[in-house]
Amino acid sequence: MTQPSYKEMWENLNLDIEAHDGLLEVLGKFYGDIYMSQQGRLQGMEYLDFVLSEVHGLRIKELMDAKAQGRKIIGTFCVFVPEELSLAVDAIQVGLCAGADAGTEAAETIVPRNTCALIKSFIGFKMAKICPYTESCDLIIGETTCDGKKKAYEAFGEMAPMHIMEIPQRKEASDRELWKSEVLRFKDELEKITGKKITAESLKQGIKTVNDKRRALQRLNTLRAATPTPISGRDVLLINQVSFYDDPVRFTQSINTLCDQIEERIAKNEGIVPENTPRLMLAGCPMAVPNWKLPYIIESSGAVVVSEESCIGTRNTRDLVDESGETVEEMIDAICERYMKIDCACFTPNNERLDNIKKLAEETKVDGVIHYSLMFCQPYTHETFKVEKTLAESEVPMLAIETDYSMEDVEQLKTRVEAFVEMIS
Amino acid sequence: MIAGIDIGSRSMELVVLDGDKIILKRKLPTTFDPASQIKKIMDGVKVDLISATGYGRKLMTEELTGTPCTSLTEIKAYALGISHLFPEARTILDIGGQDTKAISLFKNGKVAKFEMNDRCAAGTGKFLEHLSTVFQIPIEDFGSYALEGSEPLQINSMCTVFAETEATSLMAQGKNPHDIALGLHGSIVRRTTNMLNRVGLVEPLVFAGGVANNSCVIKMLQDSLFINPLIPDEPDFAGALGAALFGRSQQKIL
Repeated sequence: MTQPSYKEMWENLNLDIEAHDGLLEVLGKFYGDIYMSQQGRLQGMEYLDFVLSEVHGLRIKELMDAKAQGRKIIGTFCVFVPEELSLAVDAIQVGLCAGADAGTEAAETIVPRNTCALIKSFIGFKMAKICPYTESCDLIIGETTCDGKKKAYEAFGEMAPMHIMEIPQRKEASDRELWKSEVLRFKDELEKITGKKITAESLKQGIKTVNDKRRALQRLNTLRAATPTPISGRDVLLINQVSFYDDPVRFTQSINTLCDQIEERIAKNEGIVPENTPRLMLAGCPMAVPNWKLPYIIESSGAVVVSEESCIGTRNTRDLVDESGETVEEMIDAICERYMKIDCACFTPNNERLDNIKKLAEETKVDGVIHYSLMFCQPYTHETFKVEKTLAESEVPMLAIETDYSMEDVEQLKTRVEAFVEMIS
Repeated sequence: MIAGIDIGSRSMELVVLDGDKIILKRKLPTTFDPASQIKKIMDGVKVDLISATGYGRKLMTEELTGTPCTSLTEIKAYALGISHLFPEARTILDIGGQDTKAISLFKNGKVAKFEMNDRCAAGTGKFLEHLSTVFQIPIEDFGSYALEGSEPLQINSMCTVFAETEATSLMAQGKNPHDIALGLHGSIVRRTTNMLNRVGLVEPLVFAGGVANNSCVIKMLQDSLFINPLIPDEPDFAGALGAALFGRSQQKIL
């Protein structure tokens, strides 16, 4: 994957070149094993393969070129950060590296060992100097979605320029007020670092661009659930992951092209797996690149993932921002309302999530649900019990998996997943 | 004829079925070279299909054996094997070398729910095996050794290594070693009981796997659950039998 032409760029970003080469090598091999080995993939996936092969190359070069033109790069770790506003100041918003064991030892010198793999990973990537996205950012937005992240940002903030958004924990009127003030504070910060004012015109365009991206992903989510399944769950996961750092307009167009191909495949009644393959939903914690462990295990165990309830799934794409607002004030209100629909496990109570899972299980006609929690992720591990109870009422079997990014438990996970697939077959 | 083989972490068992009749049973330690042990256990066995289960199930291939092979997980294998031996069974407890499983069954014998221990060997046969060496007692006799105790001493740690530390501290305090051993068995039973409760314990309960040979674990399970678990004659062969039955059903399809 290493392109010599990017070496200078990486050096300018102050990356640890040797460690970064090592990361790319592992990533390339992992991608080859998990993705390129698939049979009967759609032609449209070539775009995704290309984007991923250039994830630390061409896309970073685009970011550098944009920076040279005076545009700012905003980094995020969470679906709560409204990309609409970043686009409205002509900034680029990207998700940051947090999906692999990297720099874990270094991370454990500033955060407790009993911290989830995602948090350790973003700190580790920063400390090991191997994430060109983190290094490109003019500002990184943290958010208070859990205690682990909240406190980790204090340590992270000493190494990178940060702005923290407070996410309410309930959805009362006072919480909505707090959220609005946080959105406005984010707007002020964006205007300050870019020197640009958000106008009704720029915000309207920002809302439209992000909504179009969500609409393309909604279309994909509907099509993927056809019988026989037209696209692997791994591929859809990859698409959702790429949606966090690709150019939104180009991405939307590519996904719509891919969806056209999926429609052709559905019309011909062709599937990526036989029609009677057990259909599963994944629910729970998000999976950042290259965290493909569990979907790969599932799809090598004779099942296929047809829906995904997580921040790299329907949680991020289900709701659109109302596009009828004309003034900045009206549009900010519409943005606030849309983001407060997010059914993150940081809320209490969070019954919407249970309803949404139940509905998605019905709509996508799944034979079972695999609930995935990252080890030490309190909010999602707690909700595992409720999700299981809710699904039991609809007689949908559920398997709870708690794991991290390491590979030591792959064999045990395989046994569990295979047994679950046998159970529902 | 169908062979069912259960390749566990500690031992492998073979069952050969001719129609409904078991015509051969064999058992060998898995050792560090399971592939050679597989060849040994299959020596002279001519069957139409081999059906493998256990953590080494993927080792069983046509290249290795010269016979068509299929595989299934231990969970399904135990469900099939136990339902065959005890058609009325509703819950299974299988404590093997490195895994403990609690399986609840529908009335028709299908798996309804299961729980399995995580990546660590706490509460498994490995735990007992490791601690029996601390007492310098052969694993086969460890249960009866513990039953000579009268006051089970509380062992809090579920971790094998920390449990050993607790046991050695108790020894250093001059406590009765039989009571310590009883406490160690008790800690397995507590963990197992929790697992059974999570899948929803419905009688009859069948206890199988290698640890079902341990008289102390059986006794303490009876005392804590107030029920008498059913135990197959050779509890460590239930998985291999289930595998063979699965193989037979596959053969009918093929």
